[in-house]
Amino acid sequence: MSSLTKNTLAGLREILTRGDASSVEITQDYLAEISARRDLNTFITVTQDDALASAKVADQIRAAGQASLTTGLPIAHKDLFCTKGILTSCGSKMLSNFISPYDAEVVSKFKNAGFVMLGKLNMDEFAMGSSNETSHFGPVKNPWSPTHVPGGSSGGSAAAVAARLTPLATATDTGGSIRQPAAFTGTSGLKPTYGRVSRFGMIAFASSLDQGGLIAQTAEDLAIGMQIISGHDNKDSTSALIEVPNYESLLNDSIRGLTIGLPDEFFDSRLDTRMQSQIEEVIRIFTSLGANTVSVSLTHVAEAIPAYYVIAPAEASSNLSRFDGVRFGYRAEKPIDLTDLYERSRGEGFGSEVKRRILIGTYALSEGYFDAYYKKAQQIRRLIKQDFDRAFSLCDLLLSPTTPSTAFALGEKSDDPVAMYLEDIYTIATNLAGLPGGSFQAGLIDGLPAGYQLTGPAFSESKILNAAHKVQQATDWHTHYPEEIRNV
Amino acid sequence: MYESVIGLEVHVQLSTLSKIFSGSSTSFGASPNTQASLIDLGMPGVLPTPNAKVFEMAVKFGLAIEAKIGKTSVFDRKNYFYPDLPKGYQITQLDAPIVGLGHVNITLEDGTTKRINITRAHLEEDAGKSLHNSFDGLTGIDLNRAGTPLLEIVSEPELRSAKEAVAYLRVIHSIIRYLDISDGNMAEGSMRCDCNVSIRPQGSKILGTRTEIKNVNSFRFVEKAINSEINRQIDSIEDGQQIIQETRLYDPDKNETRPMRSKEEANDYRYFPDPDLLPVVLDDAFITSCRNSLPELPESRKARYMEAYGISQYDAGVLVADRDVADYFAEIAETSGDGKLSANWVMGNVLADLNQTGRSISQFPVEANDIASLIIRIKDKTLNSKTAKTVFEALLSGEGSVDTIIKERGLVQVTDTGALRSVVDTVIENNPHQVTNYRVAAPDKQGKMLGFFVGQVMKISQGKANPQMVNQILLDKLSG
Repeated sequence: MSSLTKNTLAGLREILTRGDASSVEITQDYLAEISARRDLNTFITVTQDDALASAKVADQIRAAGQASLTTGLPIAHKDLFCTKGILTSCGSKMLSNFISPYDAEVVSKFKNAGFVMLGKLNMDEFAMGSSNETSHFGPVKNPWSPTHVPGGSSGGSAAAVAARLTPLATATDTGGSIRQPAAFTGTSGLKPTYGRVSRFGMIAFASSLDQGGLIAQTAEDLAIGMQIISGHDNKDSTSALIEVPNYESLLNDSIRGLTIGLPDEFFDSRLDTRMQSQIEEVIRIFTSLGANTVSVSLTHVAEAIPAYYVIAPAEASSNLSRFDGVRFGYRAEKPIDLTDLYERSRGEGFGSEVKRRILIGTYALSEGYFDAYYKKAQQIRRLIKQDFDRAFSLCDLLLSPTTPSTAFALGEKSDDPVAMYLEDIYTIATNLAGLPGGSFQAGLIDGLPAGYQLTGPAFSESKILNAAHKVQQATDWHTHYPEEIRNV
Repeated sequence: MYESVIGLEVHVQLSTLSKIFSGSSTSFGASPNTQASLIDLGMPGVLPTPNAKVFEMAVKFGLAIEAKIGKTSVFDRKNYFYPDLPKGYQITQLDAPIVGLGHVNITLEDGTTKRINITRAHLEEDAGKSLHNSFDGLTGIDLNRAGTPLLEIVSEPELRSAKEAVAYLRVIHSIIRYLDISDGNMAEGSMRCDCNVSIRPQGSKILGTRTEIKNVNSFRFVEKAINSEINRQIDSIEDGQQIIQETRLYDPDKNETRPMRSKEEANDYRYFPDPDLLPVVLDDAFITSCRNSLPELPESRKARYMEAYGISQYDAGVLVADRDVADYFAEIAETSGDGKLSANWVMGNVLADLNQTGRSISQFPVEANDIASLIIRIKDKTLNSKTAKTVFEALLSGEGSVDTIIKERGLVQVTDTGALRSVVDTVIENNPHQVTNYRVAAPDKQGKMLGFFVGQVMKISQGKANPQMVNQILLDKLSG
């Protein structure tokens, strides 16, 4: 591994500022690494020429003394963020020919901040999956073990950061799609509060749950990225008009006196015992840093998965209606009539997990079933929100494992949708409540990463990053990367 | 005997400059797809952002019909597949519309007033257009109209005849024009009407099965479509058949309705709240400011005109129906100082011309001021009714001002007694036989015979003689 790509985003920023390397040099190193690790299948598109061209521009800007702190830093985007003039596939055959005519808000914000885009990252098709096995472009391999999944749906983002193919990746989280892959790959991932980051240009899966976020090596790197993407966007009416704090400057606040809630429901028999001891280790570190713990209850959290698997597919069934073969995307050959055009374009263009969810969602919204499914699920959603409100009256942040166990093997759950859905058992309630949540490194179990999750009240991203940063300063888990393990 | 039960769903295109959820222009008639943005195209990843102007327009309409305003209204998705519906769903309002129960009054043919309740009015986006006949064997899609804001106004089924339905539609048209929230142009589709029609035996309280006639695009067709559908339903029932609940289209050429080619079997629109849009919350200050900006509405203007210009309820109703016509009339009445004569002229000549030519008052070539001058010249006896009509025709063909026309055409009424006496003398001299007959006739026959002499005088004077004066002089001379 070349020396430059071992750095964190913050490290690269220092290198650029000091002039120890140019953006072109950094970009070249990453492109070389990406090319060397094709086996991981993390990238759907590598924008080599564009990357080198924008790195060159970044260096010129720096030479002219016009550089901002982030000018010339590399980034890669999950392939559901629209990128102007570049394939935006959403991991689907349906969009395998879709060149977006515009940039997502998140993408333009990084562009405006001088970031150099390395390419577009693999993902579960339309962000539906927890293993990255539903991608039309093939599964992503976990850099820690090629026979294991990297998690999903942001598996490409997490694996690319873990394999040091990019220091920062955008990702999205509808039910755990940032946090679970971050946990499986030994990276740090943050799913912001619903409304903190504009959804404009993010291809929708479930609009009331989707939230764009980031995966990086450290909480500090996430803070740098969050500063760029957070804030109101008048193109997204669900984005929040709430002031954005200076995330980086709050990282080093003392966490003495911080109260950490431990939800009873997340520490039950389903939890792997070795995972439990890793989490207990994290709790010990928090305690040593002056934090207190308190036991709390999220009474309705057991209903989160069933409620989620009504609401998310319901919204998806409608969101994915626009993929009809008429204006863009995959279109069936020689349709005999309109119905045939629809049926075959959608039948051939969507993979089986996407079709399964469209069917579930269509059923849940049907006349006669709406009250029993969709309405009831919304009621559960309100109860879950109230559970969190109550919990946060007793504590500042909630701590739990991110997943019940470490990464599972490729193919292990791909034929069992329900087992796959249960992967999100600790993460999904956060989305239903619209809250911010992060997953951070908690050491290794049998050579595979474990992750712990911090969940906070709405717009408490800075507190989550602050707490995780303090733990990262007290541990070295976040510095481990797969290559090193293999070289040992 | 059957009673018909009719309810209308009126779609009104709101005259915002940009679309309801995107910044694209809404103007009519541009080249296909030149007014369709990424949002109108339903591109992956795009999001709708509401145009605040539509809330103001909808609230004003709600206030105008004295409706309950939905302080929290919700946008829902109506899901169905069609190529001119880019997202595969239409954004509309189902359970929480922006305008709740309200009402309007319509005037029936016998002059009485009937209250028609309006169930609701909600905001939604229009679809694009499918062009089935422009490309051989292919269907073209024009998305310029996609996302144009619509206010759908739903009446209670309280209309009892096609004429009532048209009267109701005219009231709605009048209100939206007064509020200036739509151009109401039915020919261009800015106002479209779906008619729900059923029949039941007179006196029955149970509703019959209804059919819906879609997209009727003129007042005249609304009346004809409803009447033909009522007749069809009566015929069916008389023949022992059942009415099927279905959507029908009106064919003006054949003056009949027929079932629409059904797009698919039973449509289940799978409505649910649109997660991309927050509920629309309107505060009291906003509603108050809408109320304060309401213009005078047709009904109060009607009362005011009756009072101020001494015109009948019927005349006032006709004159205020169109805000521009009402303004036009008021200007004439104010300038000429004669409301009754102004009403007669506007209704008898101006509106007759508009009906005949199909143009609107804004396209009418004669200024209100000119009609007022014409009326002033009638009142000061410069013109009589015959010459006034000639001047009106000349005004229509753009021959200049009233006084110029009178002068150039020599239309000044002859009121000079000496001149008139000499014409009368000539007529008496030239018609000795008729004079003798007149003088021996019984007094009740004389009135009719006098007409002959008046006619002769008018002929010689080329219509310019003051008829009252001619009468008087003739009576004097003939009796002598």
